[in-house]
Amino acid sequence: MEKQVLIKDLAEMKQFAQSVSRFVVPGFVLCLSGDLGAGKTTFTQFLGDAMGIKDAINSPTFTLMKIYDHQLPLYHIDAYRLEGVGSDAQLEEYIYGDGVCVIEWYQYIYHSIPNDCLVIDIEWVSKTERLLRLKGSGMYASILKNLGD
Amino acid sequence: MIVLGVESSCDETSVSLSRDGKTILSNVVLSQIDLHKAFGGVVPEIASREHIKGITVVFEQALKEAKLTPSDVDLVAVTQGPGLIGSLLIGINAAKAFAFANDIPIIGVHHIAGHIYANQIASDMVFPLLCLVVSGGHTELILMRDHFHFEKLGETKDDAIGEAYDKVARVLGLPYPGGPAIDRISDQGQSSYPMPQIQVEGFNFSYSGLKSHVINLVNTLRMKKEPIDVASMAKSFQEAAVAHVMDKSIQAFNAYDVKMFMIAGGVAANRLLRQNVEKTFGDGLLSIPAFKYCTDNAAMMSIAGYYQYQKQKDTATMALNGYSRLNL
Repeated sequence: MEKQVLIKDLAEMKQFAQSVSRFVVPGFVLCLSGDLGAGKTTFTQFLGDAMGIKDAINSPTFTLMKIYDHQLPLYHIDAYRLEGVGSDAQLEEYIYGDGVCVIEWYQYIYHSIPNDCLVIDIEWVSKTERLLRLKGSGMYASILKNLGD
Repeated sequence: MIVLGVESSCDETSVSLSRDGKTILSNVVLSQIDLHKAFGGVVPEIASREHIKGITVVFEQALKEAKLTPSDVDLVAVTQGPGLIGSLLIGINAAKAFAFANDIPIIGVHHIAGHIYANQIASDMVFPLLCLVVSGGHTELILMRDHFHFEKLGETKDDAIGEAYDKVARVLGLPYPGGPAIDRISDQGQSSYPMPQIQVEGFNFSYSGLKSHVINLVNTLRMKKEPIDVASMAKSFQEAAVAHVMDKSIQAFNAYDVKMFMIAGGVAANRLLRQNVEKTFGDGLLSIPAFKYCTDNAAMMSIAGYYQYQKQKDTATMALNGYSRLNL
């Protein structure tokens, strides 16, 4: 299942993240792609906020993963530093764990990504607008039906 | 009091012994940097494996160099976070095993507290003081009114300064780690590329905009097939990056009546930052750690552990755990 959503500004991005947050369950895997500056971390900040996480969410690039302990923990992974690596057993413990996993630059650890997941590709349209290309299979296909309408 | 420090939060396996929070008796650091260079950054799985391979040897070597036996050790201080979770757990479990086997109390210490206390090795802290913490994962201004009393005045809203260095270096085709590479090549360039003014409220920092600006500029020039003066791009970026931490530091220094200024963290090894800090704060009490104590090491953890124990007096149980994120 695939669909596209045009986001006009930051407020709409926040709304969209809130709608995604209604579907998160233990083991939820969300893959984010998009160039540097597309808004991957911003989206994750909105999602974490909607999940009720109070701590400031900032870039996990350096430690590759930041864990936000919560009722439903958020595992924020950034595989930017893993270009050409392909997979990581350490990160898999969390990707296949029981929290909500958001993975930026997921292509770099493609072999560690489960078959079923939600993929959001963020494309830069203008300074404020972004085009979201959504993809999902399995349970994520049914979630997609309810997103962005 | 003899404190054994253990550090394994990223890609350095290190054990150190110190006496009375001052004298470093040994500081053994096993770096994995050459292994990770091939990937342009630290690979968590490889890092964990290397820590496992090295940790017992580093323990033994540190004791040997300090001419001490396990029974001489009064306290074990281990980095608890933040860092790569798998790497942290190896240092923590080795430290717990050592403490349990030799019946020595153990404490978990914040990695950034360690970086800050790297300053205590060469000079004594004078309070209140202001510390600028700059590394691959952190950009923070910390006010200290006493030992182990940390008040965070501001932090990065997005990327850390070291991360911006790494990403810009990568786009410019410079080797990993990006900080020293940009610092070195800047000597051959001019600050000829205009950089944006960084706007962020209070004593907070932001490097995402500067990073994106350089990346977009490089990509645009490449698309137009125009030449890129890498040394000048590096110099222009580095001057803007350093100016941002200097501006905020000066503002905070003036806003609080502090007696001493310090820098800490891996980016404290940056020559331009050191020059600027010396020029601006050199007339007063200033502390800059020696190069070898700027990068990750266990000496700073053992010094920080000594002061944490003096101040808080409590020790951890064998349930001591590691955290990828941890508040100072």
